Amino acid sequence: MNRQIVKLFGLVVVLFAVLVGFTSYWSVFDAHALKEKDANKRPLFEQQQIKRGRILAADGTVIARSVPKGHGAALRYVRRYPEGALYGHPIGYSFIEEGDSEFEQFHNDELVGNESEFSSILDQLSGRSQEGNDVVTNLDPAAQKVALADLEAAGFGAVVAIEPQSGRVKVLASNPPYDPNRVPYELSKLNTNEVERPLFNRATQGQYPPGSTFKVVTAAAGLESGTITPETPIDAPGSLEVEGTPLENDFGISWPGATLDTALTNSVNTWFGQLGQQLGQDTLFEYMERFGFNSTPPIDLPADQVYKSGVFEGEELLGPNDPVDLARVAIGQERLAVTPLQMAEVAAAVANKGKEVKPQIWSRVVDPDGRVTKSLDPSQYSQPISAKTAEELTTAMEGVVSEGTGTNAAIPGVRVAGKTGTAETPGNAACGGGEEENQAWFIGFAPAEDPKIAIAATVECTEEFGNDVAAPIFRDVAETILNGE
Amino acid sequence: MSARNRELIALVPVALLLTAGFAAVFAQENSRLDNVSLVYGAYFFALCLATHVYLRIRLPKADPYLFPLAALLMAFGLVMIYRIDPTLARDQANWFVLGLVLFALTIQFLRDYDVLERYRYTIAVVGLLLLLAPRLPGVGQQVNGAYLGVKIGPLAFQPAEFSKICLVVFLASYLREHREVLIVGARRVIGVTLPPLKHFGPMLVVWGASMFMLVVIRDLGSSLMFFAAFLALLYVATGRFSFVVIGMAMFLIGAWFFASTVPHVHDRVEIWLNPYAHPHKSGYQILQSIFAQADGGLFGKGFAQGLITVPGTNDALLPAAQTDTIYSLIVNELGLFGACGVVLTYLLITARGFKIALLAADGFSKLLATGLTAVFAIQAFVIIGGVTRAIPLTGVTLPFISYGGSSIVANFVLIALLLLVSDRARRESGETEGLGGFALGAR
Repeated sequence: MNRQIVKLFGLVVVLFAVLVGFTSYWSVFDAHALKEKDANKRPLFEQQQIKRGRILAADGTVIARSVPKGHGAALRYVRRYPEGALYGHPIGYSFIEEGDSEFEQFHNDELVGNESEFSSILDQLSGRSQEGNDVVTNLDPAAQKVALADLEAAGFGAVVAIEPQSGRVKVLASNPPYDPNRVPYELSKLNTNEVERPLFNRATQGQYPPGSTFKVVTAAAGLESGTITPETPIDAPGSLEVEGTPLENDFGISWPGATLDTALTNSVNTWFGQLGQQLGQDTLFEYMERFGFNSTPPIDLPADQVYKSGVFEGEELLGPNDPVDLARVAIGQERLAVTPLQMAEVAAAVANKGKEVKPQIWSRVVDPDGRVTKSLDPSQYSQPISAKTAEELTTAMEGVVSEGTGTNAAIPGVRVAGKTGTAETPGNAACGGGEEENQAWFIGFAPAEDPKIAIAATVECTEEFGNDVAAPIFRDVAETILNGE
Repeated sequence: MSARNRELIALVPVALLLTAGFAAVFAQENSRLDNVSLVYGAYFFALCLATHVYLRIRLPKADPYLFPLAALLMAFGLVMIYRIDPTLARDQANWFVLGLVLFALTIQFLRDYDVLERYRYTIAVVGLLLLLAPRLPGVGQQVNGAYLGVKIGPLAFQPAEFSKICLVVFLASYLREHREVLIVGARRVIGVTLPPLKHFGPMLVVWGASMFMLVVIRDLGSSLMFFAAFLALLYVATGRFSFVVIGMAMFLIGAWFFASTVPHVHDRVEIWLNPYAHPHKSGYQILQSIFAQADGGLFGKGFAQGLITVPGTNDALLPAAQTDTIYSLIVNELGLFGACGVVLTYLLITARGFKIALLAADGFSKLLATGLTAVFAIQAFVIIGGVTRAIPLTGVTLPFISYGGSSIVANFVLIALLLLVSDRARRESGETEGLGGFALGAR
């Protein structure tokens, strides 16, 4: 019988080896895939046990922090947003059940302190528990407050303010706002509110007709491609028949032999419509793409929460070979839809001598010991236009504020360059279908000779014009930022 | 060095491990070192020491490693259960004491364990009645669809734990007597060696009994455990591998048939094959079990650092962490290395058990030691295999580690029987020295 007993033991060894094999498979070899399973809530719960880092405004104001609840194995951290609705956009929220969004989602790895696999094994061995890093943003609390307050007074809309030389986003406000502290209690209510759509970040997701602010892009293409110079005269009649429909100037005024300065200052539609036709679709679309149209702006927010700008047929982006009414694209009409973020980038590129720096909300990452582990490198940029073109455009844009359609953007003692826009959106369902509704815009930067801030402000569903509702927001926000310098 | 001195020396690290384990749990929960861990360690050591002294008097030549290995698993279980719920750990400690008492009583009264042979049919009947008890009205209890528990007044226990010992005793005795006939009377039919028809009957009875269990107590795990122990004994007794193959085929056919007709058994198999079909309902336990293991990695998260409930609530994240899925919690907190340590401990106990069987002189002792060891090893395999999804998950306990009085007491009785066989075998062979180590050799 002994021989059989030894064989039986051999079988037990094999069986136990199978157990070790299965255990190794789950705990090591397949562990990564298991952690990704939807049914597996452990990674979420474990994240909840990590003290997520804080999110701070540029001046150190705490925008988001985690507070402990319970202790021992039941210890978990809950996210708190002391400033309430002020930074609901662009910071977003982070909760276990409801998930995360916007900045919280994009910077998750830094905030929870996810390091490399190797260092996490070292941490495990040394018994050090994982702790998140603080992320300091570029957001300017005073300017963010002003932007949101102005928007709340004016209507639904958005403001984006960028430091042109660094791409630092100082303001990113969307109205109506929401308080991220309320998300655990009323996420579905926030989600189903189809009228206000408070979770919708209008600054990065709102796709609006840009109206005359787009003339800056058309002018940039004209100058940079050599189609015109600042002295090139174009006869601009009060009305121009384009594609069977008359394109008209405000009050039907005709501008014979007008140059760029006059045309931009007075926002002459027929002048820019003709320039667009002279440029041709290839050239105009090429410059749009140089400014970042047709692609997702490279801001530090989740790519699915930042929308593209361009000429749309439904959801489809149109290209240079698709049939479009070029004259109306050139004045920001047609099926052109842009985000406030994209228009702020256009203004920032002109302000920064033609260099377009990646817009970024974050500034630096600070580890739990207070060391700065990463900071924003503003050296990467694209150059849609030359410094000379930018300078010529700036001159024309200064005329808009000093004597043209955008006088409400003027700041005493500061040279301001900008452009108004008023896109008529009659019958827009989002505005309740009124016939007098406009999308009001202002984009610009200040001071013109040494720009510190570039801003895009827009208000939807207003019966007023860009100069009436959007330019004052620009002025207030720019003033706040310049005073804070 | 004498066997008992080896045992004494082996018990010291076990007590230290328990002390360190408690210290780690206290440090994690209160962020400080606590003298209480030393007190617990001292109690534990005192209990082990008392048992050791008793063994020194009663069974001086018995295997020196079995008791320390069982104590090691016990220490492990106590710390893990304390970490889950201190009140459960207090119960567990009481059962540990009760287990040691029954351990001592078994040794006291069954010193001449041949007496078991005389009562083998009585024992078999008692074993079967114990199995049936959970279905009896008034005392039976259903747990998760299986009938495993009995409750008489305040006393609740799982009779299957005791039943397994009864059935092993019966089978060892029966096969000792009939093994010759089974071997000699075997016929070769179409290349397959079949047992003689006359003796096929009792085998059919055992097969029928395990199928019956499948239907009546609806527990695939216990059924598998019993039948595998039976096959192991049959193989050792007859040396006919073909009997094992036939038995296995019969079991599989029966199991397949009942798995498709008995709903509870069918569900268990279905969950095993398709856990993701209902991840929040029927598949929850097995999925959470492997998710917990995935979180453990190589080194684990550390004592008391794994998640058992959904944070901030009392909802189970690892259902039945103190019983069925305690192995998953061990992987979670101590990692693959810790789990290998546990499996290795079971393997060492198995090795010692089979070694006792090898040394035993008479057939009954050999078969008894083999059967007890096999049933112990298979029980560990069935539950660990269950929570690692190697086989369908069923509700048998992890010997000495899982929370539960029946399991602890029954397994201490099992170890006591093994030690009784060992002591006699070593006294008869006159060898005590030179048999150390864990090497197994056919002699």
